[in-house]
Amino acid sequence: MQKNVTLNKESSPSVDLAQCRSILSNYSSVTHADLIPILQLIQDAYGYLPQDVLIEISAKTHIPLSKIYGVVTFYSQFYLEPRGKYTIKVCTGTACHIKGAPDIKKKISDVLQIQEGETTPDYKFTYTPVACLGTCFLAPVMMIDGRYYGKLTVEKTEAILKGY
Amino acid sequence: MKKLESPDELVKFRKSLELKYRSDKIRVLICTTGCRALGAEEVFKAFKAEIKKLSLEDKVEIVDTGCQGLCARAPVLTIEPMGIFYGRVTEMDVTEIVSRTILKGEVIERLCYTDAGKRIPYVRDIPFYSKQEKIVLRNCGEIDPKNIHEYIVRDGYAALSKVLSDMTPEDVIHEMKSSGLRGRGGAGFPTGNKWEFVKKAAGDIKYIICNGDEGDPGAFMDRAVLEGDPHTVIEGMLIGAYAIGARKGIIYVRAEYPIAVEHLKIAIEQAKTLGLLGENILGSQFGLDLEIKMGAGAFVCGEETALIASIEGKRGMPRPRPPFPATNGLWGKPTNINNVETFANVPVIILKGSEFYKAIGTETSKGTKIFALAGNVKNTGLVEVPMGTTLREIVFDIGGGIPGRKKFKAAQMGGPSGGCVPAQHLDLSIDYETVKEVGAIMGSGGLIVMDDSASMVEIARYFMEFCQDESCGKCVPCRIGTKRMLDILTRITKGEGKKEDIDLLRELAEVTKTASLCGLGQTAANPVLSTIRYYINEYEELINKKSSQTSPQQSSAQQS
Repeated sequence: MQKNVTLNKESSPSVDLAQCRSILSNYSSVTHADLIPILQLIQDAYGYLPQDVLIEISAKTHIPLSKIYGVVTFYSQFYLEPRGKYTIKVCTGTACHIKGAPDIKKKISDVLQIQEGETTPDYKFTYTPVACLGTCFLAPVMMIDGRYYGKLTVEKTEAILKGY
Repeated sequence: MKKLESPDELVKFRKSLELKYRSDKIRVLICTTGCRALGAEEVFKAFKAEIKKLSLEDKVEIVDTGCQGLCARAPVLTIEPMGIFYGRVTEMDVTEIVSRTILKGEVIERLCYTDAGKRIPYVRDIPFYSKQEKIVLRNCGEIDPKNIHEYIVRDGYAALSKVLSDMTPEDVIHEMKSSGLRGRGGAGFPTGNKWEFVKKAAGDIKYIICNGDEGDPGAFMDRAVLEGDPHTVIEGMLIGAYAIGARKGIIYVRAEYPIAVEHLKIAIEQAKTLGLLGENILGSQFGLDLEIKMGAGAFVCGEETALIASIEGKRGMPRPRPPFPATNGLWGKPTNINNVETFANVPVIILKGSEFYKAIGTETSKGTKIFALAGNVKNTGLVEVPMGTTLREIVFDIGGGIPGRKKFKAAQMGGPSGGCVPAQHLDLSIDYETVKEVGAIMGSGGLIVMDDSASMVEIARYFMEFCQDESCGKCVPCRIGTKRMLDILTRITKGEGKKEDIDLLRELAEVTKTASLCGLGQTAANPVLSTIRYYINEYEELINKKSSQTSPQQSSAQQS
């Protein structure tokens, strides 16, 4: 569950804080319970959680940056790095596993030349395995953004990726 | 729409809806939730367009529903009142379905369910459906979940109305205790007793929480209920809130379930508009404010104390119990947490009575249970059966057996906390106790069928990898125990196992089980122990042969 990520000033591109400020302005007083929903909204807006934005959230909410960082790194759906244009989620649930998900995962890594959790250098794809998409009848299944691709084979997977 | 100010107004409102809905219209029910993945929305749109083109709006209604259960045939649709069931429908089939089936009553053979080469057009004849008993899923797949009117017309909110006008909170708790309903999240704690603890706990402010953080890989029951019949969960929560004295409720839903969140939001808004949520519900003194919280991707948040920490905006890590949430829950206040399926049972128990409910099931486990049937089984999907149904009935009669020429090897029950039930226990009548005796758990209801090509050591390694990854790291036995067990299992599957590994696994399993802080660690070793129990020869074979086994299959993968 631990993510090997650090806040790194050099690699963090400068971001426009306007969207972040506008989201925060909807909260008259922020309690700790609002933190996760705020982070979710802000991530929806930016695609990830840039360092400057986290600093801004901390300043506006008075929640220490260390606490925010702790929450962000705990949950698998918060990202501290920019993401690719498309996110590939490969289901690794039990049904998919016994129907060949490991081969599908290997194929994606081979085609995109990246490992699980990584983004292609051109920021086109981010590839992430997920615990279960809850669509076991499609096994093995992956999701690219909002779209499901079910009953995958290694060949089908390659063709789908090349179609993007 | 005006607020309903009394139970009488609800009855009148239902009567007015009956006139509208119980007409002689043909209803085409199309699953657009689970089936969405295979093009159901396009089918739905094509039907709408075709009906409009032929000006059939007065005669035919196209309804987008939740899950109809037989996911293996997705996208599916049912045509009422004839009860014709079609599967693997595409946009291209729509014109023909309208012209032949809807207008002429003819059956289109190629879209029908097939059993042993025989075409079965009617739902009532399909064994998958005829052997089920639907209580929780009574509306799922039959109504439009985005329209509260369809829920109300099917006695929706009648249980709430009965509770508010005729029952004290004590009566409700008594009825729940008498029904024998046990928590469907997995542990099976009696629901009525839990409610009583919270009711008796000291404090003015109390909370009611619905746990929709369905995280077990291979489980999708709660997703289907939230997507297909959100109001039944809301009504169950309202009744629970009335019984324990809560005025604030939270539904915690997994972020991976966007359709469930969307349908819940719509349902809450519609219930508020009709005065079924908010203050002075149906003119009474009772009120409930209901809010949705979305998870952010952490399996351990299904554990109740971790879930509460997550709602409080913290890292979702569990804490030791006692104190239990019943006395010290959300923000330190008495809190009642039940699973989605548990709440969905409540309206039926109240409306039909505990006598009706406890007549279903076994001595210790009452009512029905939903199973998410998946893996190497023909009819992948969602099934609801009375407690006490045998595994054989579920896998072979309802599930249609194993595809291809493969044999049944095991059913994995209860996900990462569960175990594998081997073929010699196929005639096991399933309830909380019997499943535990054979080394699995009821769990939330994931049931993955494996054929004889599955390697059981690899399955154990797979679940350990999952638990190790999801371990929050707070307590040592879970953090290190899962890691060490995974190392050993990986070693064995790579053909590098040592003779002493099996004993070492048993020892580690015992420590992790007894010393871990929460359910995740306490049950993480179950898949290992159950596979050692029944398939020790596979472990020994891998260790002795030192052969490599990295793929989950012993032979090539098979498709259903």
